[in-house]
Amino acid sequence: MSHAAHAPLHHVAGGSFDPLWLLYLLVVAAALGYGLLVWTQRRRGRPWPVLRTLSFLLGIGVLAAGLSPGLMARAHADIGAHMTQHLLLGMYAPLLLVLGWPVSLLLRSLPVGAARTLTRTLHRGPLRALLSPWTALLLNIGGMALLYLTPLYAAMLSSPWLHLLVHFHVIAAGFLFTLVVAGAEPLPGLAPFRWRAGTLLAGMTLHAVLAKVMYARLLPAGLPGAPEQLQAAARQMYYWGDLAEILLGVLLFWGWLRARDRARERARGKDPAPAHAPAFSAEGGAA
Amino acid sequence: MLGAMTTTSPDSRRTTQAAFLMGIGVVAAVDEIGLHQLLAWHHFYDRSTPAVGLFSDGLFHAAQVLGMIAASFMLVDLGRAGRLASPLILPAALMGMGAFQLFDGTVNHKLLRIHQIRYEVPILPYDVVWNLVALALIAVGYLAWKRAAARLNAGGTR
Repeated sequence: MSHAAHAPLHHVAGGSFDPLWLLYLLVVAAALGYGLLVWTQRRRGRPWPVLRTLSFLLGIGVLAAGLSPGLMARAHADIGAHMTQHLLLGMYAPLLLVLGWPVSLLLRSLPVGAARTLTRTLHRGPLRALLSPWTALLLNIGGMALLYLTPLYAAMLSSPWLHLLVHFHVIAAGFLFTLVVAGAEPLPGLAPFRWRAGTLLAGMTLHAVLAKVMYARLLPAGLPGAPEQLQAAARQMYYWGDLAEILLGVLLFWGWLRARDRARERARGKDPAPAHAPAFSAEGGAA
Repeated sequence: MLGAMTTTSPDSRRTTQAAFLMGIGVVAAVDEIGLHQLLAWHHFYDRSTPAVGLFSDGLFHAAQVLGMIAASFMLVDLGRAGRLASPLILPAALMGMGAFQLFDGTVNHKLLRIHQIRYEVPILPYDVVWNLVALALIAVGYLAWKRAAARLNAGGTR
């Protein structure tokens, strides 16, 4: 029984092209692209904070660890290793990536016209739905429910393209959720604090419920390992997921505290610090 | 000078709210770390838990965790604004601890039957002690809060 599903990916992909390379390329491109934009900013005499750069590159490192071939191979036989991957790719790496303010860096680096157009579509255009916290919640938790409660998980183990799609989705949905909920950088059309807090509450609840349903009903079904392996993975999802969500909550409320500080500064009649003014409109216009 | 004094007077209501929320979170943390992890009296999952219990358990857990983070930041915010009514923090936190423990001991354990305090032992003494401790926390917290609030008011008119 355990042989039937043992690392089937390598059987299917044996010798031929493994589409997972596309994901590796994407991660490398993200790191190089970010670095290039920072370097360009620097050359234009507008240095980008070192801590942001460091955080983003650390996030890339966590992504690389989550995608490392050794872990990937183990994940095929043991859902516990898969869960480690999932936590690294979908929850911990995004925390570091969003602290790198990638959207602001992009908007600031684009030509003025393009930056304005992008800001406008994020504000009122079709991309507005993308930055809605409810979209992020649906993509994140919906994707997870599909993966773990339906036969998708078993199907992913034997289809390299499905495998690629699932991993891309975990990273993209996790990043979007963290970006919108944390609100670390000023984004055009970012939802109000209360909505983002409500989204995090809903996400934490559903994440915890999903982990316990997996534990109780032994889902996903049809895995090679022992049931205890699956239950250990569900516990891992519950507790390590909790920690990542606590960190995300701290980012969310930290932003709230900074906004309160700025309001106090203004009330005291001091010059409202322009440090947090939306980089894309103020500086995009000057570029 | 007078204007500055009125804006920096302690905000009793918001300090109490934040500290109450903090108390709820503290009880949740004690429950999770002490009873689930160290003593292993509680189980990660109790097979008799109905679906609605599973959901409400998840929601309360999330609300407690977020509530504790919110409470910490609210207290820092009050402190930075110079409006923290410090003498009220501990009493309000005690009330929050007691209120949540009472809720856990009645609604979660008995009404929704999400989980019990301990398994394979006569449960009644545990339930009684649990809820009596909760009531004691509320009573002590309330009396201490009354005294502290009275003192604050007296100080304010001085």
